Amino acid sequence: MNTRGLRSQLKDSVPVTGLCPQAGPYGVQDSLRRGFSSVKNELLPSHPLELSEKNFQLNQDKMNFNTLRNIQGLHAPLKLQMEYRAARQIQRLPFLPSSNLALDTLRGTDDTIGFEDILNDPVLSEVMGDPHIMTEYKLGVL
Amino acid sequence: NVSCQEDSPVFRFGRVTFMLNTSTKTPTGGFSFENTRRNAVLEANLSEKGYSAPNARKTGTTIAGLIFKDGVILGADTRATDDMVVADKNCMKIHYIAPKIYCCGAGVAADAEVTTQMMSSNVELHSLSTGRPPLVAMVTRQLKQMLFRYQGHIGSSLIVGGVDVNGPQLYSVYPHGSYDKLPFLTMGSGAASAVSVFEDRYKPNMELEEAKQLVRDAITAGIFCDLGSGSNVDLCVITEKTVDYLRGYDQPVQKGLREGTYRYKPGTTAVLTKTVTPLTLDVVDESVQVMDTE
Repeated sequence: MNTRGLRSQLKDSVPVTGLCPQAGPYGVQDSLRRGFSSVKNELLPSHPLELSEKNFQLNQDKMNFNTLRNIQGLHAPLKLQMEYRAARQIQRLPFLPSSNLALDTLRGTDDTIGFEDILNDPVLSEVMGDPHIMTEYKLGVL
Repeated sequence: NVSCQEDSPVFRFGRVTFMLNTSTKTPTGGFSFENTRRNAVLEANLSEKGYSAPNARKTGTTIAGLIFKDGVILGADTRATDDMVVADKNCMKIHYIAPKIYCCGAGVAADAEVTTQMMSSNVELHSLSTGRPPLVAMVTRQLKQMLFRYQGHIGSSLIVGGVDVNGPQLYSVYPHGSYDKLPFLTMGSGAASAVSVFEDRYKPNMELEEAKQLVRDAITAGIFCDLGSGSNVDLCVITEKTVDYLRGYDQPVQKGLREGTYRYKPGTTAVLTKTVTPLTLDVVDESVQVMDTE
C-alpha cells in the first residue's frame, strides 16, 4: 500500500458528494428509498474518518495509477483499468453474495487481511437487499 | 431530538414499526460509521445527567525493548486498567507476530490485540508469497501504514523486535503512524521511569544475563513508579537460534500476608425467615476456578 502523498492528495480528491442530499432519479430527495433528509447529516461527517474511509480505495487506486503512469507510461494504467472494468462486469446478480475474487486478485488484496475482512463481513450480515429492487436498480428500470 | 439515518426509512403503521429494506447498495465490509451520530447524541444526554459513557480499557503499561549482543529482549508488565480500576492482573502484552518477531502492545488493549493479530496473519501470508522469512522492517512498515490510515483513532503504541537476516532489530510505532529505530526503547505510561533506567545503565553489546537484569529493572521501575503498571514482569528473549518467552519472570509485588482473620463468625446476623426453592437442573459440566481471596 503506497501512502506517499496521501495527506496532500486528500484535500483535492475527496468528493464531498458523499454527503450531499441523496437525489433520486428525478433529482429530488428520494424518501421512499433513502429515508428523510436532515441538513445536519449532510453538512458534516459524523466521524473524522468517515469521508476518508469511504473514498480510501478510490484514492489508493488513483495514486497507484498515477505512479504507474509516471513510471511505465500511459498504457500500463489503461490496460489495468480495462481489466478492472472487465472483472467488475462479470458478477452475479446484485443481491447474491460474491467473493469478488477477480477484483481482489487484480488489486493484490487477495493475500492481505484488513478490517474489511474481519469487521462487518457481508457474508455474515443479517439483512439482505430486496432482490427485486436491487435488480431493477441495476438494470436501470427503477 | 431524533437523528435520522440516511439508509432505510422506518414506517409506523398503527402500533407496529417496520423497516423497509430498500437499500440498493451491495454491503461492504470494514468499519461502519452508522451509529456515530446516535452515540454522540446519547453521550450528550448522559453528560447532562452527570454520567459518563464507558471508556475503552487501556493497558496503562510499561513496555521496553533492548538490543544486546546476540539478539533482542522485550519486556512488559502485566496490568490492564479500566480508568482507575485494575481490570486484569495478569494479561499478556507480548504478542507473537512471526517465529522470530514479537511485538509488545501499549495503549487501548483491544486495538493492540487486534492490530497484532492482523499483522501476524499478514506477515504469514506475505512470507508465504515471497518464500522468505519475514523482516522486522516489513512488519513495521505495514503497521505504520495501517495506523496512519486511521489517523491515530486506533490507539495502540507498539514495540516490534526480532531477529531476521539483517540481524537483531527494534522498532517502536506510535498510534499516529510514526516510528523509531533505536537500540533501546520504552513505551506506555511508565515509559519515562523505564527509560531512565536504560539511559543510566545501557551499554552496546551486553551479555544475556546482564541485559535480562537491565530490562527487568526497567520494567520494575515502571511498576513501582507508575500507577498504570503493575503485577509481574514478562520477558521475551529472541536470538537467532531460540526464542524464550519467560512469562512471570519476576514478581516484584507480592501480596502481603494478613495477620488476623477479618471474617464474621457464622451466626452474627440473625436469620428471620428462610424459603428454599429447589431448581431441577442437570449437572452438565463442573469446573473449579480458584480465586485469590484473602
